[in-house]
Amino acid sequence: MRNLKRQLLAGPYLLWMAGFILLPVVMILYYAFTTTSGHFTMLNITSISASIHLKSLLLSLKLALVCTIICLVLSYPLAMILNNMKLKRQGFIVFVFILPMWMNFMLRILAWKMLLSNNGVINTLLETLGLPALDILNTPSAVVFCMVYDFLPFMILPIYNAMSRIQKDILEAAKDLGAGNIIIFFKIIVPLTMSGVVSGIIMVFVPALTSFAISDLLGGGKVLLIGNVIEQAFMQEYNWNLGSGLSVVLMIFVIASMALMSSKGEEGGASVW
Amino acid sequence: MSKRLIDLQHITKSFDGQMVLDDLNLYIRENEFLTLLGPSGCGKTTTLRIIGGFEMPDSGSVIFDEKNITELAPNERQLNTVFQKYALFPHMSIAENIAFGLKIKKKSKSYIKDKIKYALKLVNLDGFEKRSVDSLSGGQQQRIAIARAIVNEPKVLLLDEPLGALDLKLRQDMQYELIRLKNELGITFIYVTHDQEEALTMSDTIVVMNQGYIQQIGTPQDIYNEPKNAFVADFIGESNIIDGLMLEDRLVKILNANFPCVDEGFGKNTPVDVVIRPEDVELVSPEQGSLEGDVTSLIFKGVHWEIEVLANGYEWLVQTTHMHPVGSHVGIQIDPYNIQIMNKPESSDERAVESCVT
Repeated sequence: MRNLKRQLLAGPYLLWMAGFILLPVVMILYYAFTTTSGHFTMLNITSISASIHLKSLLLSLKLALVCTIICLVLSYPLAMILNNMKLKRQGFIVFVFILPMWMNFMLRILAWKMLLSNNGVINTLLETLGLPALDILNTPSAVVFCMVYDFLPFMILPIYNAMSRIQKDILEAAKDLGAGNIIIFFKIIVPLTMSGVVSGIIMVFVPALTSFAISDLLGGGKVLLIGNVIEQAFMQEYNWNLGSGLSVVLMIFVIASMALMSSKGEEGGASVW
Repeated sequence: MSKRLIDLQHITKSFDGQMVLDDLNLYIRENEFLTLLGPSGCGKTTTLRIIGGFEMPDSGSVIFDEKNITELAPNERQLNTVFQKYALFPHMSIAENIAFGLKIKKKSKSYIKDKIKYALKLVNLDGFEKRSVDSLSGGQQQRIAIARAIVNEPKVLLLDEPLGALDLKLRQDMQYELIRLKNELGITFIYVTHDQEEALTMSDTIVVMNQGYIQQIGTPQDIYNEPKNAFVADFIGESNIIDGLMLEDRLVKILNANFPCVDEGFGKNTPVDVVIRPEDVELVSPEQGSLEGDVTSLIFKGVHWEIEVLANGYEWLVQTTHMHPVGSHVGIQIDPYNIQIMNKPESSDERAVESCVT
């Protein structure tokens, strides 16, 4: 009886999952494998090989990869510096890095559009200093820049977390056994933070791969990511079958990258999820 | 006597303006099992960390084998540490943990393999090479930590409360293991603990510390039987510490009763601290005792009874194999040899105590 009551507690979540996760996925799969008249087809999936679709998928992969690498390179030293600070100051710095996340996502992108525009704050400042103007709006660079800005906290936090979990006496033990700083870094710190690195990579790479709002606003229609193509298929061409087909392809890439990273994470010690 | 291996000279250390060690002088002989004993915050761990190189003293020097190593980093010192919480590398197997120091020293594969085997045998964990750290109990992890340290053949092994996290039975077993290890390896052990029983069991020399000062240095017998001051007497085992008046040589007045003792040279009518171990208090019939009192509490402790006797306003702690029921009227008698007379500290400054010790 008590068991039944306990199971009933899970009811709302089951309803939520069925209504907002399972049903949409089933619908996407249905649309992806049918024509407008409801007949089975593989054409929506295979249309990814069309040069315009393939080009945007490759560009998405490339930009997501660049964004992830930049985030990783920025976050790792930062997490180390943070971890060596006094505890009080650590909390403050982490707070500063999370602060932008409290603002609306779209608002942040629009703000960067203003800042980066030809007569925006940054270029005016550069001009008064006599420096060459930064003409990156409507280019992939602007998109990557904003992606890094938006997703950086998702890389910092898991790495910082993993690093702060390393006990101080483990580092002292390594030193005691004759290890210098380089050996300690590569043999102790890197392997013990690998789970955080893997979480960070997934949490940055996946949203970067599927994003369309940033490229929409900062790419000025010139940077067409796979997310933009899917959005256009749904919202402009009203071709839900094509949009669903491309979504399924993108989903396969997301799942594959997550599986790849998770297996790496387990090798490194702790699992990611 | 073997030669001095480590010499700590005028070591001073403070954290955030709080003095932890004040002008500490201590030497450690080769092949000695030396224990730094004291309550938490007495500076014993800081002393060990200064020897290990994990803390820099504010002033003073650390001499190791006639060389000044004060400025040397931990990885450049010929000693290894066993940490309180084991500090094994969680992402490595047991064999990799033990091999860590040897790989850094670029030893050959076969040498490392032999050493791992030898070390695991020494700590009674043969065949554990491939196990993961998680799969080991606390006691086993601590043995691996010891194995990981000794394969490097250090001249000195530093142990920072290594048994603190283990349960009582395991702790007692490990005490004998450590004594055996020390004898087999023939190296110097510096051991930090707050557990007086542990210190008495294992040590050649005990250094009792309090508030950054050394209170007494001596063999376990010295420390137990001849405590130099009330702090040592109280910290090492249980004691009756009573205000007394040294009337003349070999006669002390405690609680308005005169007791013959064997101490001399305190002068006449000098206030002193008198220490009497609970097992040295003899309960006799009231007319035979120097003091009379009533039993207020009786507890069975296994080997002996623990009895509290109220006599002339003082609760005496007595350990005896004879039972005296609560309420019974008894006499207290003490053998003159079992009365310890100590000078009262001149001030609250522990330095006074220290200077009469060294």
